[in-house]
Amino acid sequence: MDKLKFRIFKSHLLHYSVVVLAALMAVPLVAILGKVAVEGFRNLTLEFLFQPAPTTYEAVMASAAGHAIPGGISNGLVGTLLMLLMSSAISIPVGILSGVFLAEHRSTVFAKVSSYMTDILQGTPSIILGVIVYAWIVIPMKGYSAIAGSIALCIMMLPLIVRSTEEAVKMLSSSYKEAALALGGSYFRTVWKVLLPSAFGQIFTGVLLAVSRIVGETAPLMFTALGCAIVQWDVTQPMSSVPLLIWQFFNNPTLQPLLWSASLVLLVFVLLLNVSSKIVTNKWKI
Amino acid sequence: MNTLNSYRLRLSEKMSDLTILSPDTRFKGLLWAAALVVPLICVAMLLSLISDSALAFDEFGFFRFVFSSQWSYSQGNENYGALPFIMGTLESTFLALAFCIPFSLTVALFVGEYYSGRKIATLFGTITDLLAGIPSIIYGLWGFYVLRPIVVALGLSDQGSCILTASLVLAVMIVPYAASLSAEFIKMVPAELKEAAYAMGATRAEVMRTVVFPAAGSGIFSAFILAIGRALGETMTVTMLIGNTNQLPTSLFSTGNTMASIIANQFGEADGLKLSSLFAIALILFAIKALINLIGKILIHRAQR
Repeated sequence: MDKLKFRIFKSHLLHYSVVVLAALMAVPLVAILGKVAVEGFRNLTLEFLFQPAPTTYEAVMASAAGHAIPGGISNGLVGTLLMLLMSSAISIPVGILSGVFLAEHRSTVFAKVSSYMTDILQGTPSIILGVIVYAWIVIPMKGYSAIAGSIALCIMMLPLIVRSTEEAVKMLSSSYKEAALALGGSYFRTVWKVLLPSAFGQIFTGVLLAVSRIVGETAPLMFTALGCAIVQWDVTQPMSSVPLLIWQFFNNPTLQPLLWSASLVLLVFVLLLNVSSKIVTNKWKI
Repeated sequence: MNTLNSYRLRLSEKMSDLTILSPDTRFKGLLWAAALVVPLICVAMLLSLISDSALAFDEFGFFRFVFSSQWSYSQGNENYGALPFIMGTLESTFLALAFCIPFSLTVALFVGEYYSGRKIATLFGTITDLLAGIPSIIYGLWGFYVLRPIVVALGLSDQGSCILTASLVLAVMIVPYAASLSAEFIKMVPAELKEAAYAMGATRAEVMRTVVFPAAGSGIFSAFILAIGRALGETMTVTMLIGNTNQLPTSLFSTGNTMASIIANQFGEADGLKLSSLFAIALILFAIKALINLIGKILIHRAQR
C-alpha cells in the first residue's frame, strides 16, 4: 500500500511541477512587457513620433540645461515603413506564386528541391543575409542604401510567405480545384478565383506574421541600410529604421533616455501584427 | 528550295507557338519561375559566400582557420582563426539548451497533455506565440538592463556580460519554439495508447514516462534540434550580452564572442583579409545551420509518419 501511495505522490509531484514550471514561463513575458511599458511610457509623447532622432550634441546640451532630451524616432518610422513597403511589394507576390506552385506540384523533384531550399533560406541567420546583401548590392552600388536594406528584408520574408501559402493551399480539398476545372475554368481562373480566395485567411495570416518577424530585425539592416540622422525619403540613400535607432541609442550613452520609448513603439507594432494575425486566423478558417 | 521553304514554314509555326502562348501556359511558366527564385537565391548565396571567403581560406588553409584561436589585426601581422567564435557559439547554444529543456518540456506537457483543450492551454499558447514574436533587440535590452544587474548582484561575474547571461536570454527566446512544437507531438500521441496504460493501473506520471515520451520522443527531439538552430544564428541579443572579446572562453562566466556576434561587431570597418575571414565565418555558420536544419527536418518527417 505504501508503494501505491508513493506512486500516486510521484504523479502529483509531476503534475505540480508541470504547473509551476509552466507558470514560470509566463514570467519573462510579463517582465519584458512590464519593463518596456513602464520605462517607455515615461518619455512617450506625440512629438516623439513626429521628430527625428537628436544628435549627440543636442542631447548633451539639453541634459546640461536640465531639459528632457528633444527629438523622437520619425526618421526610423519612415524608414521602417518605406523598407517594409518595398520588400513586401516583391516578396508577397513572388512568395504566393511560389507557394501555389509548391503545393500544386508537391511530388515533383523540382518542387521538393525548391521546398528544401525554402527551409534553408528560412533558417539562414539574419546577419548572414545582411552580409550577403552587402556583397551583392552595397559594394556594386558603392554605398549603403534603403534599397539594399529592403532586399535583405525581402529575402528574409520570402521563405516565410512561400511556406505559409504552400501549407494553406495544401489544406484545401482537391474537390475545389476539380469543380472549378470541370466548369471549364482555365487554370489561371481556377487559381485566381478559387484556390487563392479559399486560402485567403491562411495566406493573410502568413503575410502578417512574416511582416511582424522582419519589422523588428536589426542584423540584416546594419550593413545594408546603415541608418540616417534625418528623415530620408530617397531610397538610394542610407535610411534608418526603428530597430536600428534602438541599436544606436543603446550604443550612445547620451541618447539612452530614448531607448525604452523607441522599444515600446516597436513592441506595440509587432504585438499588434501578431494579435491581428490571430484574429484573421479565427475569422477566415478554411 | 522546296525543302527550305517547308523548313521556313515549320519554323514560323514554331515561332508563333512561342510568341502566342496560351494564357494558361504563361501563368504556369510564371508559377514555375516564382518557385525558382528561392533556390536561385540559396545557390547564389552559397557561391558568393565561398568566393568571398576564398582569400582567407587560401591564406590560412581551412583547418588552420577553423582551429586557430588567434584573432589579431595588427598591420602586417594579420592572423585570423575562428575557433574562439565557434567555441563561443557552441557553449552559449548548449547552455541555452540546458536551461530551455526543463521549461519547454513542462510547458509542452501543460499545453499538450494536462490541460489540453482548455482555456488555460489556449492562454499559454498565446503567451508562447507572443514571446516568440518579441524582436531580439528588445530581448537584448531586457537582458542588459534587467538580467545583467542580477548576474552581477549574485557575484557570478564582474561586468555581468558573459556567456551565462547571453545563454539565459537565449533560453527565454527558444523556449516558445521548442515548447509549441513539442506540444504538437505530445497532442498527437493516440488516446488508445494512454487509455490502455491507465486501464492497467498506471499513474499519470507513469503514463507520461512509459507511453507519451516514448511515442512523442523523436518529435520532441527534433523540436530541440530546431531550437538549437535558432540559438546558433541569434545575433543582436548575444552581441549585447556576451561581452565581445576575441579569445577562447575559459568558463561560463568569461566573456566571449559567437560567430554571429563577431560579424555584427567587426564587419562594418573590415576590409581585405579581415573582411574575407568574416565571410569565412559566415560560411561556416551557414553550413552548420543548414546541416542542423536538415537533421531537424528529417527527424520531424520521420516523427510525423
